[in-house]
Amino acid sequence: MKLTGAQILWECLVREGVTDIFGYPGGAILPAYDAMLDYPIRHVLVRHEQGATHMADGYARASGGVGVAIATSGPGATNMVTGIATAMMDSSPIVCITGQVGSRLIGSDAFQEIDITGITLPITKHNYLVTRADDVAKAVREAFLIAKSGRPGPVLIDITKDAQQSSCEFDWDAAAPSIAGWRARPHAPDASFAAAAALLNEAKRPVILAGHGVMISGAMKELRTLAERAEIPVAMTLLGIGCLPASHPLNFGMMGMHGEAWVNTAIQEADLLIAAGMRFDDRVTGNLKTYAPNAKKIHIEIDPSEINKNVPVDVALVGDLLEVLTKLMPSVAPGNRGPWLEYLDGLKGDSAVRDIQTLPDDGHLYAAHVINDLWRATRDTDTIVVTDVGQHQMWEAQYYHHEAPRSLITSGGLGTMGFALPAAIGAKRARPEAEVWAIVGDGGFQMTMCELATAVQDGIDVKVCIINNGYLGMVRQWQEFFYERRYAATPLSGPDFVKLAESFGVKGIGASRRSEVLPAVAEARAHAGPVVVDFRVEQEDTVYPMVPAGADLHAMIRRPNPIAETAADV
Amino acid sequence: MTMHTFTVYVEDRPGVLNRVASLFRRRNFNITSLTVGHSETVGVSRMTVVVGTDGGGAQRIEAHLYKLIDVIRVEDITDRPAVMRDLALIKVSADRDNRPPLMQLAEVFGARVVDVAPDSIVIEMAGSEAKIDGLIDVLRPYGVLEMVRTGRVAMARGAGLGGSRRGAGPAAAIPEAEGVSYSV
Repeated sequence: MKLTGAQILWECLVREGVTDIFGYPGGAILPAYDAMLDYPIRHVLVRHEQGATHMADGYARASGGVGVAIATSGPGATNMVTGIATAMMDSSPIVCITGQVGSRLIGSDAFQEIDITGITLPITKHNYLVTRADDVAKAVREAFLIAKSGRPGPVLIDITKDAQQSSCEFDWDAAAPSIAGWRARPHAPDASFAAAAALLNEAKRPVILAGHGVMISGAMKELRTLAERAEIPVAMTLLGIGCLPASHPLNFGMMGMHGEAWVNTAIQEADLLIAAGMRFDDRVTGNLKTYAPNAKKIHIEIDPSEINKNVPVDVALVGDLLEVLTKLMPSVAPGNRGPWLEYLDGLKGDSAVRDIQTLPDDGHLYAAHVINDLWRATRDTDTIVVTDVGQHQMWEAQYYHHEAPRSLITSGGLGTMGFALPAAIGAKRARPEAEVWAIVGDGGFQMTMCELATAVQDGIDVKVCIINNGYLGMVRQWQEFFYERRYAATPLSGPDFVKLAESFGVKGIGASRRSEVLPAVAEARAHAGPVVVDFRVEQEDTVYPMVPAGADLHAMIRRPNPIAETAADV
Repeated sequence: MTMHTFTVYVEDRPGVLNRVASLFRRRNFNITSLTVGHSETVGVSRMTVVVGTDGGGAQRIEAHLYKLIDVIRVEDITDRPAVMRDLALIKVSADRDNRPPLMQLAEVFGARVVDVAPDSIVIEMAGSEAKIDGLIDVLRPYGVLEMVRTGRVAMARGAGLGGSRRGAGPAAAIPEAEGVSYSV
């Protein structure tokens, strides 16, 4: 069957199971766009290519599949860079397709020519420059294999215009991936399993550190079984939230810089850490020299370059988490760690969650209340929350209690402001039956709010909750703590978000009192179609507790002046 | 910190050298030398990379290299019996009078004179880096005009595994116990 390179592209994407794609057309990708009309693909026209990559990312994280973004050469391609780096840092499988100038013109500084494979080399798992129609099918098939296998990540395919236009024989089977350096999944040696089991069975004060890898591997059940069987509390990274229901008695909550105080205390006092699909990021370890000083460490991780990278470990089980846990389980003795669990439960009294109860109901609106109320309103619905980056992101992690995996989508590793709205649009496309909320600060929202038009044009029903405090809040908080309250460039103005929403044809709702939160949420949920709710919250509120960057994990800054509790807020 | 020598088999494709070199930069390792050329297999290039790092760093370098899709096989041969060679071409100022002592020096070091001009000679030497350093030291007083060195190329001694075999399935050629040999 003779097809053009552009037709082969869609032929392969459809065969890879792609139904939705996020993109923006332009000169060098025109042949591909023209051919797209003949294939069963739903295209979402974004307003900026960064949005396309975040949508593909949100799609991938919500669905567990691969998200696809497409753009033209030059600025179209460079606009994707932030989204690609975001996906790389959070191990999210996306495939980005870019047009490139004709192969004869490469290297000539032609109009809209840019070396996007060179630019994205360190922020992709792999990338391809395709200059012949004959190479399109193999590149696409390999890209999908690479993006979703092992530790997932982004792959970029740059296709010259002439490769899209010229024709060749299309043979799907002949284009099967053949990568000389490809290795099957790793398997840790049996001796390591025995060593890990011995450590597990001896430990008196163990803690499981669960990360994004639990979701990626689909090892939620196995992790839960391990925790229950051996009676081990589970602490989670930001991206690990949802891997064990928040209501599970062994779910102790989030660790790290803005983690629960008792979780960090548990880690510092533990005699064994079982790290499962997490990478000891500096935001969860604090000062490495004083991190979990008395604990042996078992690291279960699919990427061997993560072993001993930040924290030296005693036993490394390199492999897929689900396979490793399944193999390890028979050697794990049923635990009886009542004293340890009771001790930790006792610490919860001195906790961050109490902060929400001590916030005054004094006419001001606190972000923690907004997020907690949103959780109460949506807790019985299949809801995906997508957050941006900053204070609201940490409050979400603290005050929205996630019961299901893949119900929180957030930019962890790169900390990309502007992520929430486009990623929410992608998540809604992936799981239209779910209710999707983007929680976003007024700073991050203004970075990518143009995508409201995308949601309207393509009929994507996302609800946006703006935590509007008129500051770049997290930076302001650092200035408050570490720069003597010199608020350099953090006070932030913005439009009237309600009117802005209405100008897009989106329903806009404003709220500035506690009593208005639940009605506003109810009104937003009742409206079919996108809604923006502008919650005008206390301006100089602070995320507690906090481990200053590089400080000891147990040296947390607590809320200074506890205020009288109001029973209604429990 | 010690000097670690890696041999790396890679697919012979445009941009692969860039991917490998970029990896060391990105991960904050400083390459002391890097050579690349054909291997025993068509379509497969072989690199020798010398990097100063500790044992943990060397393990991570190996693991990172394996994450590159174009990398087929990596070996850290630092602690293995191996032949390690550098090739140098050294142009020395030489008139009729000091040509004979220079040629004698070259002979002592097992080097060869490969070009003679009225006012200079070119000496070629293949050997360990230390031995070449020694030759250069004794040549300096005569006036070294130009010098080029390839950097280290290395090969483990004995029958060991070739690294670039295709076809049999990658797992077959890789000892499982190493635990880091695959792409993720």
